[in-house]
Amino acid sequence: MNIPALLWIIPALPLLGFVLLALFGKRMPRNLIPLIGAGVVGIAAVLVIIFGISFLNNPPSGGSIEQHLWTWFSIGNFSPQITLHLDTLSLTFIFVITFVGFLIHLYSAEFMREDEGYSRFFAYMNLFIFSMLVLVLANDLLLLYLGWEGVGLCSFLLIGFWYNDPVDADKNAYAARKSFLITRIGDTAMILGLFLLVKDFNTLNISAILNAAPGVWSADSSTAIWAAVLLLGGALGKSAQLPLQTWLPDAMAGPSPVSALIHAATMVTAGVYLLARTHVLFELAPSIQLVVAIIGAATLLMASCSALVQNDIKRVLAYSTISQIGYMFLALGVGAWSAAIFHFMIHAFFKALLFLGAGAVILAVHHEHNMFKMGGIRKKLPVVFWTFVFGSAALASIPLITAGFYSKDSILWFSFASVKGSTWLWLAGIVAAFITSLYTFRMVFLTFFGKEHTPVSYKPGAAIKIPLIVLGILSLVAGFIELPHNFGHFTPFSDFINQTLPAAVLSTRPGMSEAALQIIAAGLALAGLGIAWVLFAKKKGVLFHYQQNGGPLWFRFLFKGWMFDKLYDYLFVKPLVWLAKIDRRDFVDRIYEGIGRVNFGMNRLFSKTQNGVLRYYLLGVALGAVVILTIILVL
Amino acid sequence: MNIGLLLAALLFLTGLAGVLTRKNILFMLMSVEIMFNAAGLAFVLAGAHLQQPDGQVMLIFILAMAAAEVSVGLALILQMHRHFKTVDSDAMDLLKD
Repeated sequence: MNIPALLWIIPALPLLGFVLLALFGKRMPRNLIPLIGAGVVGIAAVLVIIFGISFLNNPPSGGSIEQHLWTWFSIGNFSPQITLHLDTLSLTFIFVITFVGFLIHLYSAEFMREDEGYSRFFAYMNLFIFSMLVLVLANDLLLLYLGWEGVGLCSFLLIGFWYNDPVDADKNAYAARKSFLITRIGDTAMILGLFLLVKDFNTLNISAILNAAPGVWSADSSTAIWAAVLLLGGALGKSAQLPLQTWLPDAMAGPSPVSALIHAATMVTAGVYLLARTHVLFELAPSIQLVVAIIGAATLLMASCSALVQNDIKRVLAYSTISQIGYMFLALGVGAWSAAIFHFMIHAFFKALLFLGAGAVILAVHHEHNMFKMGGIRKKLPVVFWTFVFGSAALASIPLITAGFYSKDSILWFSFASVKGSTWLWLAGIVAAFITSLYTFRMVFLTFFGKEHTPVSYKPGAAIKIPLIVLGILSLVAGFIELPHNFGHFTPFSDFINQTLPAAVLSTRPGMSEAALQIIAAGLALAGLGIAWVLFAKKKGVLFHYQQNGGPLWFRFLFKGWMFDKLYDYLFVKPLVWLAKIDRRDFVDRIYEGIGRVNFGMNRLFSKTQNGVLRYYLLGVALGAVVILTIILVL
Repeated sequence: MNIGLLLAALLFLTGLAGVLTRKNILFMLMSVEIMFNAAGLAFVLAGAHLQQPDGQVMLIFILAMAAAEVSVGLALILQMHRHFKTVDSDAMDLLKD
């Protein structure tokens, strides 16, 4: 198949779906809406798989395929191009976006059927898929930025999807605004970074910049550091990493499929993509790359602690998403590019599965989000239960049988053994892995085991079950495409990614063997499972008691996500509100208020004269005539 | 000559005073007629002073116009009387504000 000529069809299909649904969605028969909405993404997914197979069979020369569509605009010698670029990195991303995206669209066809905004939902989802595809296929950072803003917009629209919900309208709209504003901070940093790149390279073409950068900037020069910092800022906002992570837990106000697609599987990993795509710039700024690793490690520890104490099943998953993306940043920071992309793919499978499963559970128990009010529904919803367990096992990286084990193990190994790694980074990762296992199974036991608190009112149909089963199987077997070095040494995935990104460099300093590290990781994951069983399945423990009574200070501290919202409230929001309050009565305003007041007074005065009595008007005419005559006579 | 103008001025002021002080709209119309005639007198005097026929021509115009005006004015007063059941001009203040 001739990929270069047909590449444009992949982003064009979801765009077509969006246009059709946006223009005719209201007048369409209800059954046609998911057919178009999910259909275009399904066709795109099939095309991506066909392209992928032909890409693997006949690797293109130079490792990438480009399709030039047109020149966006041309000012002086700066002319950004609309060019699509397909290499192994973007192929992995478009596969996940279209394939997982299609499964989530299929699920939404049933999940959202009763919603009055059915066509609006699919229109936004298609627009999101389009923007995300533009983001990862762009050969130009400006086009990438277009997709970047597009996914931000869709995220805003879909978090606030239920903006007229009778109960939660304000909360939903607030969550949407919050996510938009906080990611905007990152986006601003990123566009400044792009300006910096334009200034020094006169182009935003990614491959041109990556080729030229080592020649123009010396390693750790201040420009290189600034460029890396600004791009990292954009990535932190989009990927919800410290210190811009506060929007993601609130983003759970959107429908569950939105959480699955945007806030777990694809959009939030855009930051990972950006860092991997511009890896040369980060290798030129080793100190910033270390910062990436430290931010990743800090974020994954922080978020996993918060996930441990949440009530809301979707908030547990939100914090776990932040922490899993923290793992990816850790991997990027230690130069293990392929390990980060591998974990991205596996994470997309199991986290989409977990969100979809959580959505099915929430639908089954009358839209109840509180896990303590669920329980005992594993027999009523066997498919949801088993797939959810598979996804949880992958998230907790239960050894050998789950995909999550292989992807997380490779990150932990590189964070220890790479030249840029260290024992401390590894320690953060391994501690968080234990906590991850603990909170994951706490969630499973509270939701599916024990006494039934809320009766099951809805049984999922085929459109919900099929995506769950497919993703459940992938959560178990997808890891076998990349086995650790010490057994099997079967690494097709990293070989594939390493065609685009450099391989991690291992350090030669002495340390524990890979097998010892794996045994520790496996042991901790199983220990987390065991402790969760004792605490939350056998008997409801102390934490359960805290849940009812607010708990001690440290508990509430973790529950509120380390009180970052409050910190930002005191640091930024309160001073700004104070400043606005004193500024609203300054003397410039007085001038304008005075003008207004004089006008009001005159108006009141003169409206008295319009009293409808004819003789007064005549008197006015007569007096006017006298005045004019006097003036004429005197002058 | 000056006495003539004085008379015209007096007539005009009489008419004006009538318009401003009377409430009966019929009398107001009559006062307006007096003012017309004062203006006409002034025109004739001016014409005599300048030895020109224009002043008398203007008087004819004014008389013709006054006749038309009176007929329209009387018709309006008739309608007002039917509508408001009064000829008091102060009662007709519906156009205020």
